Amino acid sequence: MRERFADAFNPFVIPFLIGMLFVLGYCLVAMVRVVAQLPKADRKRFLLSLITPKYIWMNIRDIFLNCLIHVKLWKRNKVLGYMHSSIAFGWFMLIVLGHLEVMLFLPERIHFFYYPIFFNFFVAETETTLEGALLMFLMDFFLLMVLSGIVLAIIKRFASRIVGMRRTTRLSLLDRVGLYALWSIFPLRLLAESFTAHISGGSFLTIPMNWIFRQFLGNDLNALPTWWAYSVALCVFMCVLPFTRYMHIPAEMLLIPMRNAGIRIRHPRKGFALLEVYSCPSCGVCIDACPMSVRKVNCQYTTVYLNRQLRRGNERRIEEISDKCLLCGKCTAVCQVGVQGPELRVAQRQRRKYALTPSYAGIDVQPMAASVAGAGGVLYFAGCMTRLTPSIRRATTSLLDKAGVRWTLMDEEEGLCCGRPLIMAGRPEQARELIDKNLEIIRASGCDTLLLSCPICYRVFKEEYPLEGVRVVHHSVFFQELIAAGRLRPARNEKEKFVWHDPCELGRGCGIYEQPRAALAAAGELVEAGRNRAESICCGGSLGSLTLGFEQRRAMTQNALDNLTVSDPSSIVTGCPLCLSTFGRYADRPVRDIAEILDSHC
Amino acid sequence: MDFGFKRSPSSAVNLDTVDHARYDRLVQLEPDALTCIGCGSCSATCTAAPWSGMSVRKVILGLQRGRDDEVDRMLSRCMLCGKCTMVCPRGINTRHLILTLCRLDRKGEVVR
Repeated sequence: MRERFADAFNPFVIPFLIGMLFVLGYCLVAMVRVVAQLPKADRKRFLLSLITPKYIWMNIRDIFLNCLIHVKLWKRNKVLGYMHSSIAFGWFMLIVLGHLEVMLFLPERIHFFYYPIFFNFFVAETETTLEGALLMFLMDFFLLMVLSGIVLAIIKRFASRIVGMRRTTRLSLLDRVGLYALWSIFPLRLLAESFTAHISGGSFLTIPMNWIFRQFLGNDLNALPTWWAYSVALCVFMCVLPFTRYMHIPAEMLLIPMRNAGIRIRHPRKGFALLEVYSCPSCGVCIDACPMSVRKVNCQYTTVYLNRQLRRGNERRIEEISDKCLLCGKCTAVCQVGVQGPELRVAQRQRRKYALTPSYAGIDVQPMAASVAGAGGVLYFAGCMTRLTPSIRRATTSLLDKAGVRWTLMDEEEGLCCGRPLIMAGRPEQARELIDKNLEIIRASGCDTLLLSCPICYRVFKEEYPLEGVRVVHHSVFFQELIAAGRLRPARNEKEKFVWHDPCELGRGCGIYEQPRAALAAAGELVEAGRNRAESICCGGSLGSLTLGFEQRRAMTQNALDNLTVSDPSSIVTGCPLCLSTFGRYADRPVRDIAEILDSHC
Repeated sequence: MDFGFKRSPSSAVNLDTVDHARYDRLVQLEPDALTCIGCGSCSATCTAAPWSGMSVRKVILGLQRGRDDEVDRMLSRCMLCGKCTMVCPRGINTRHLILTLCRLDRKGEVVR
């Protein structure tokens, strides 16, 4: 082992140094800015989490598993998982091993930034010693790993279907520059190391390459220009990184500790929201997942493009994209980074100015409160949607009677909205007024259980209402418990085949997947939809979308129905009045609420 | 003196003095408003109607007749539950229509 140059410097490292310093400086400033933009309480919480051992361990584990190994992506798609982890983990190992080499052989050079990266140019190592041979083998091995990932990436760009993606993102100009720079970094490194392998040594990859090149190319003449090209490719990649999707690499490393600390979006454009936007890798997994993408024209409204427009500050497009979304949450369910598309959009909607602000403070809830006063037991809030589907209310109350439950109807004559539609429309203060009014009625009743047959209500009652001592429960869960306790005994009909549609708000929103299935299985045969549970497809009727018109929703409903009927069920069962009426419009077989099914079997 | 009956105030609308700016702007932003047939399905399903008299049909009518105060009173009670949109036989996105109206001032300008 010997150093080839006494001054340990060559001008070709300058581009690399420029890129490196630029990207480090940029990321540092951006990091400080994001942390400074957090509200004071959040900032304190985040900084405290950084010195708490439990969180430190969690952060290290999550960063390693998500940023380097891409465990979530592996679970979803093996090819894409391999592609990403080979590039990320392979590159990481190349950097680590480079540093290890320098520390092992030339500890006095460790403060030279470029030494670990261009080690093979500056140092002639021998593979005859054990550590030399091992390190060189590992370097070649990880380089090969990265190169295999790059090959897959190139294939993916031109034929995304091969790696299992129907649609992929339309790249912006700078994204392309970054992409091509990234593609060229590792082949150039291979070439550069191969050209110097007969001087600096190499392993199973670089030595044979060196031998081949020597047959028709003069190695010594080619070496320096290739090292220059390698350094320039690195420089280009790092200089465009902050302005491309590759910003997700540093951003995600901050996003993970912040999410672990429990920070949420508080401002539409600053702090955590900004970090989420920059953490989006523009992979386009959300494009295939989005229920709107059934029609190709709607692909432009997916979360990946929201993030892009937020980075560009294109207000017109931001408004368009934010308002179109159904807020079904599927993009978050499939997102590898966990960008919260719906929450980001709702935050944008909250920014809007209105000339007219509704007020509900003046509503007199005395008559409503008086009708339920002192009832106790189970208070059933049928919700306003149920007015369009009264069969749900009928079936639910009939089941409650059959099980001998003491119940009172909260909105017998008239009722208020739960507040969730207002929250979705970006008017949380107004929703708060409604919540207070509803709370008055619930408290007057003195109930111990609040039963809901609408997942939209269920979610808001669970998340936003301070209801200590009152159990908030969705009717599918309540009936499943009654069946399990033997108070309801549905007669099982083997001939009936049910498919359960997971409503967005109940499944992804509240994590209830199993209880309704268990309840249905007691009444007949249960079959599954093509995509179900966290990946169930929104019925298309969601209140989340402000601008989707009647006709535009139709294609989505049809697509969701096709997905539900793959196993040819005799009826489609759901637990949401909105899904029920939406599906009921176009379905070719009966669509029923779970309460109706159970009621007809009890 | 009590005659046992009352006289209603005149509800005559003088269309010459009505300022249509807000309605015109609404139609420009939500052209679907023109397709309203005034069937009243929205009023029948409205959650807010029983205690506020809210009705999208009346809102559109009120705008055409220049009854701005009445329109604002109704709009300020809407809870955006969206049932009116679901039942509209003309497929008008009434929920968005209401939101758009809330963004317009009396002169029909979108507030920024």
